[in-house]
Amino acid sequence: MTEERQAIQAPVKKGLFRKKSKDPDAQKPYVKPKKIFAYRVNRSFGGDLVLILFLLAVGIFMLFPLVYMVSNSLKPLYELFLFPPTLFVRNPTFTNYTDLFNYSGNMSVPMTKYFFNSVYISLVATALAVILCSMAAYAVSKREFRAKGPIFEFIRLSLMFTAPATSIVNYVIIAKLDPVDKYWPVILPTVALPLYMYMIKNFMDTFPTSVLEAARIDGANEFRIFLQILMPACKSSWMTVILFVVQATWGLDTGAFVFKEEMKSIKSGFSAITSVSQQRYGVACAQQVILLIIPLVTFIITQSNVMASLATSGMKD
Amino acid sequence: MKKLVLKPSVKRKFQNLDIIVFLGPYLAVFFMFTILPVIISYFIAFTNFNTMDFPEWVGLENYRRLFLEEEYFTMALQTSLVLAAISGPLNYIVAFACSWCLNEIPSRIRTILTMFFYIPALSGGFTFITDLLFSSDRYGFVNSFLLRLNLIDDPIQWAVDTDVMIPLCIVIMLWNALGQQFLIFLSSLQSIDRSLYEAAAVDGVSNRWQELYYVTLPSIKGQLILNAILTITSSMTMVIPTLFGSPTQDYKLYTLTMLQNDYTARMEMGYVSAVASIVLLISVLLNKLITFLISKVGT
Repeated sequence: MTEERQAIQAPVKKGLFRKKSKDPDAQKPYVKPKKIFAYRVNRSFGGDLVLILFLLAVGIFMLFPLVYMVSNSLKPLYELFLFPPTLFVRNPTFTNYTDLFNYSGNMSVPMTKYFFNSVYISLVATALAVILCSMAAYAVSKREFRAKGPIFEFIRLSLMFTAPATSIVNYVIIAKLDPVDKYWPVILPTVALPLYMYMIKNFMDTFPTSVLEAARIDGANEFRIFLQILMPACKSSWMTVILFVVQATWGLDTGAFVFKEEMKSIKSGFSAITSVSQQRYGVACAQQVILLIIPLVTFIITQSNVMASLATSGMKD
Repeated sequence: MKKLVLKPSVKRKFQNLDIIVFLGPYLAVFFMFTILPVIISYFIAFTNFNTMDFPEWVGLENYRRLFLEEEYFTMALQTSLVLAAISGPLNYIVAFACSWCLNEIPSRIRTILTMFFYIPALSGGFTFITDLLFSSDRYGFVNSFLLRLNLIDDPIQWAVDTDVMIPLCIVIMLWNALGQQFLIFLSSLQSIDRSLYEAAAVDGVSNRWQELYYVTLPSIKGQLILNAILTITSSMTMVIPTLFGSPTQDYKLYTLTMLQNDYTARMEMGYVSAVASIVLLISVLLNKLITFLISKVGT
């Protein structure tokens, strides 16, 4: 009798409602083994260590362009044109950066205006891309309707379209629609890309449909299901989409249709400074480093969310 | 007064009306800026269009020029296919291997290392570094290093020697491989359900390689296909590093994209569109093949 009871109680090691028994072993609270590498089965410590060292070596090699870029921006002018070229800076100065700010102080339109234009373009493009693409992905992934197959095939096909032939036609189409001094010709072509939609759709496909059915039976309407169940579950996919859109739009030139100086992007503003002469090559290097800040910050924010979102998955079909 | 009762068949029709709200805005923008230009440009493939005047219908003239009259297209096609056949699979495998390795390690270190790996893609790639490394004089970093070790007597002419050009180009492409595909792989690996691994361990999967083949790959099949499409497209539309100049030595490494750019500069949009339609055709065929292969994984 006692043996039988022990056998039943033994696996129940934690929980609020566990029965109190006189067996001293069963009283002990269950302590999760604390190991750094214990997060997955089938892994050896040695294998992980080798992997980390290998990745660290490759990773440091990948930092190479950034190091060169930063060191270039710290070089005085004569060192930039030195022959043979040097990788690291010898006499670091901040003149390139101070020059950049002095020049931008003298412009007819303040640099902050260019900056906020770019921020505006990136924000609107990101919001539109995430909203449009995830809504479309929901319809294609989780709903049934007759045109679904053909529409999805078309989207998949359009992933393979190439830019050179279409860019001029695109220009002609936009030119017909009164685009001068407006932002939509800059923003809209970057928004509804098939890649973003396809990516989010792939993630939604892995989410169990039965959960959505349950919510539907409980009386949630489609928008609520989409916003409160599906979108949080697919966070890692649209976070990556945010990164792609910011990356694509931040460095964007406002292009052929924006003529007003106060509507141009920060790239245009900076290039007005740097394209004047060869003497401003150092300033151009400093400007590259400054332009990198926003995508880098976006990368850190979005990727830390991608990493965090795995904690919420765990639904079973 | 009679109450309005909808027939079940009519009711079913209106039930799906919210799909229009979900799908409509996307499709409108997508059609306007992606599909419509492509459709028009494939009509232009049958015309003579110089971007100024209205297109003039010439039938299959552009295609006749491509295949029969000028040797540039066949040359560029050959180069592009060779480069795509080598660098496409390599890039795909490198992107997957890196993201898989990163997925294996603890999360703190992973976040930092991911940033290191993605920084070239954020900061505009290795282009300016490659010019520095593979400069053809004796002060190019690789040349001066090799000269110092007495491995070579004269500096290697990286951008001129046609035997060196193709391998070097592939190596440089590999450096640039860690872009969008890499991040897509990583985020999909991150979102695999952890309990699948535990279940697999119970079922007798005993090391990471078996796990990779029987659990990981099948559960990210969708992303595998997406990335395959992206890789095919990017390797068919490959732009070679600026190091090699344009046009390149003896028209080696003259890719289809370079051909299209050259003819765009000559305002021969009909010709460019004809080339683009053939590129699309090849991409679609390759994609069918790859999708078939990926669907076999893990079965």
